[in-house]
Amino acid sequence: MLVSISINGEPVSREIEPRQLLVHFIRETPGLTGTHWGCDTSNCGACVVLMDGAPVKSCTVLAAMAEGHEIRTVESLEVDGRLDPVQQGFHELHALQCGFCTPGMLMTARALLDENPNPTEHEIRTAISGGICRCTGYKNIVGAIQWAAEHEAAARQGV
Amino acid sequence: MQTPASFEYERATSVDGAIASLQRLGSGARVIAGGHSLLPQMKLRLANPQHLVDINDLHELAYIREADGEVRIGALTRHVDLLRSELLAERLPIFRDAEKVIADPVVRNRGTIGGSLCQADAAEDLSAVCSAVKANVVIRGPGGERTVSMADFHVGPFTTAVGDGELLTEVRIPLRAGAGSAHEKVERRAGDWAIVAASASIWMDSGKIADAGIALSAVGLTTIHLTRAEELLRGKAPSEDLFAQAGEIASTDCSPTPDGRGPVDYKRHLAGVLTARALGRAATRVLRQEA
Repeated sequence: MLVSISINGEPVSREIEPRQLLVHFIRETPGLTGTHWGCDTSNCGACVVLMDGAPVKSCTVLAAMAEGHEIRTVESLEVDGRLDPVQQGFHELHALQCGFCTPGMLMTARALLDENPNPTEHEIRTAISGGICRCTGYKNIVGAIQWAAEHEAAARQGV
Repeated sequence: MQTPASFEYERATSVDGAIASLQRLGSGARVIAGGHSLLPQMKLRLANPQHLVDINDLHELAYIREADGEVRIGALTRHVDLLRSELLAERLPIFRDAEKVIADPVVRNRGTIGGSLCQADAAEDLSAVCSAVKANVVIRGPGGERTVSMADFHVGPFTTAVGDGELLTEVRIPLRAGAGSAHEKVERRAGDWAIVAASASIWMDSGKIADAGIALSAVGLTTIHLTRAEELLRGKAPSEDLFAQAGEIASTDCSPTPDGRGPVDYKRHLAGVLTARALGRAATRVLRQEA
């Protein structure tokens, strides 16, 4: 079947089997291997992308189900060579080691801050509870998201 | 790589259209909503539908409203919306209790109440919640609608009263005076299935328990409806001791199996403690309303 999905604002159309999962549709699009394919069971959260602004696990969505929806992947965060504040926060606070969970964590963090610009530590920990990181113990990830929230708030005040 | 076996996919554009497709396709067809139970099952070949009918565009099935003395929840209402609903938090707080601990926030963006009930996994929380609040579900087929009580909804493991060619469209929860409800769950880690969960509702009248609804998740082949414990409570004044007795019945009347989440005696112990706790919190909520 022919499926057309808007990914990072660009329409992508491809002939696929109905059983193709969204994560594979995304990763088979040239240049979009940032979304990681992890546990395949909707447990690990490495494959999280935004669907109409809400984080979803793309290993548990059929590509066909995403037709007509706006998908946003980790590649959309950096704009004109400038990192998104959540990416910058991960860099500043060393919130990754192997980096496998990072794209899912970044997209989950981005969605959280879009909805709640000033989350508490508890709200951050709840928001990322669908992602598994085996390197950091989460502490630096939470710190990085707090860093992003603070810098976004400062940037808003500066405007 | 885990990928489902091949199937044909179609997207429904109306409720009647979905039912017509399900009628035409027969027993090889399954409805897909959030897909967070069905797709993992299909990857493991535990479910092998030849056709999927996607109902995610049927926005008319996504709502939570109060009408005619009931709270009515559309089948396509997602967990995130059940969690955030102020109407539910006020009228039926058991839903917010449960939704805080169902899977994780990302999964809750997709999963639906209709999907949870139709999946009929005994470890799933909302089936017990809906049993405890004595909900009815509306099932629509080509000949019209029928209403089925939660007591008759689960006919076996992963099997419900929804037949081929039918669609669950709505959950209706009667609102009765003096109501309190609560859900208690113990899980090994954030987002996991319950080791055991207990759902409880009580309805008070003149200081006595007029009626109660109690159900357990993850301790049997289906959701366990504790009718003997409900019978014990009727007509009595709420007390810690009474709820502990109901807990003892829960420990006896469940039928857990040993697995990675724990041995049988531990699960029976949890069933008792969580039942007593859920009843206690439900009673506190009634009293707080009345104060």
